[in-house]
Amino acid sequence: MALTGVLRPGHVALRVLEMEPALKHYVDVLGLAEVARDKAGRVFLKAWDEHDHHSVVLREADEAGMDYMGWRVDSPATLKKLAADIETSGLASDMAWIPAGEHPATGERFRFTIATGHAMELFAEKDKVGNDCGTDGPDTNPNPWPDNLHGIAPSRFDHCLLYGDDLDGAVKLFRDVLGFSLAEQILAGPDGNLMIGAFLTCSNKPHDIALIRQPVKGKFHHASFILGSWEQVLKAGDILSRNKVSLDIGPTRHGITRGETIYFFDPSGNRNEVFSGGYIHYPDKPTITWTEQEIGPAIFYHDRKLNERFLQVFT
Amino acid sequence: MTQEHIVVLANTGETFRCSAGESVLAAMERVRRKGIPVGCRNGGCGVCKVEVIEGQFTRRKMSRAVVTAEEEARGRVLACKIHPQSNLRIQAVGKMARTVEAQQDRTSFVSGFMATPAASQPDTET
Ligand code: FES
Ligand SMILES: [Fe+2]
Repeated sequence: MALTGVLRPGHVALRVLEMEPALKHYVDVLGLAEVARDKAGRVFLKAWDEHDHHSVVLREADEAGMDYMGWRVDSPATLKKLAADIETSGLASDMAWIPAGEHPATGERFRFTIATGHAMELFAEKDKVGNDCGTDGPDTNPNPWPDNLHGIAPSRFDHCLLYGDDLDGAVKLFRDVLGFSLAEQILAGPDGNLMIGAFLTCSNKPHDIALIRQPVKGKFHHASFILGSWEQVLKAGDILSRNKVSLDIGPTRHGITRGETIYFFDPSGNRNEVFSGGYIHYPDKPTITWTEQEIGPAIFYHDRKLNERFLQVFT
Repeated sequence: MTQEHIVVLANTGETFRCSAGESVLAAMERVRRKGIPVGCRNGGCGVCKVEVIEGQFTRRKMSRAVVTAEEEARGRVLACKIHPQSNLRIQAVGKMARTVEAQQDRTSFVSGFMATPAASQPDTET
């Protein structure tokens, strides 16, 4: 296996103010499927092409925002090794083992807080429930997509963008300890060498997580879900309008990652994105740099300017 | 049709109509006024924070990360989560309120990336 270590973003746990409107949004409009609920009232959801049991966790709370993001690693041995590496790195705090079963159908998770104040988890085991495409068994002679799709219906949870202060410490942990590469960066400041944006990948994707330097701790900018084409992004715009979902911006394109995108808000003010496109990343691809002067087209390639909401609105 | 009330924005002196069936922020957006910053429209981000100086309203759940219980007790609420029951007089106080008044330029905008927590912590206005 050539892709090893940390494989992908496996789940994102979001806080919502009220569960019922949240489910209308995430299930009926976004088109995720509910797979489980637990005694605490958390609801577990997945996108259609994910084989793993769940990728989105919703919890009703008094505050909006993100509880944590979880990463699937390739094996229990890797989980143990990376947990030990994180502990000795000095780049994380609040480390703890969460027992197997605390998330349904999921093995033990190693939780830690990165320098930007965000809780992250690694896990190696989560049940495979399949994508409903198989015709002669779950993964035999599959159709290209299942019959029961509704709403926007992205195929996968793809990445998060998070805001925090100590970008350098967080980037160091992802690169030096977890083996991510820096696909793109935004540099600013008087000498043009202060990293204010980092787009990190553990895979072939342009990013699996993005971090932006802001004078806050542990804030959530968006969770993003992937679609198959630009036309599907435009159709997502139709579905969002039909359902009177609060739109942020788009459809448009990001200069960074080249993704075609639309941003909108869930009923608790948490930002979501659906996007398509982007390029194929390999670990030996040179890091792309965006300068402060070109930050407008870097974020919103068509408008060529950053709007106030991109920086000021987060949960 | 539900009765319309008049909302006065003390920051700019602007007025607009708002029925009990819509939020103050939604009504302001509908008539294309620019007095209150528009963020998530859903009670999570806090940019539409206002102080209600005068008038009656109903409210829906707001994120405690952006409106503390003490603030709410002092009449600070999110314009996207309040519905008027009478004419209202309100003042924008959220993290973008100064921007709305001053039309901040791009240079200071980008510097927000580098600002120290003390200088630009969004929710510490009193
Ligand atoms: S616009 Fe985000 S809280 Fe009102
Ligand atoms: Fe994104």
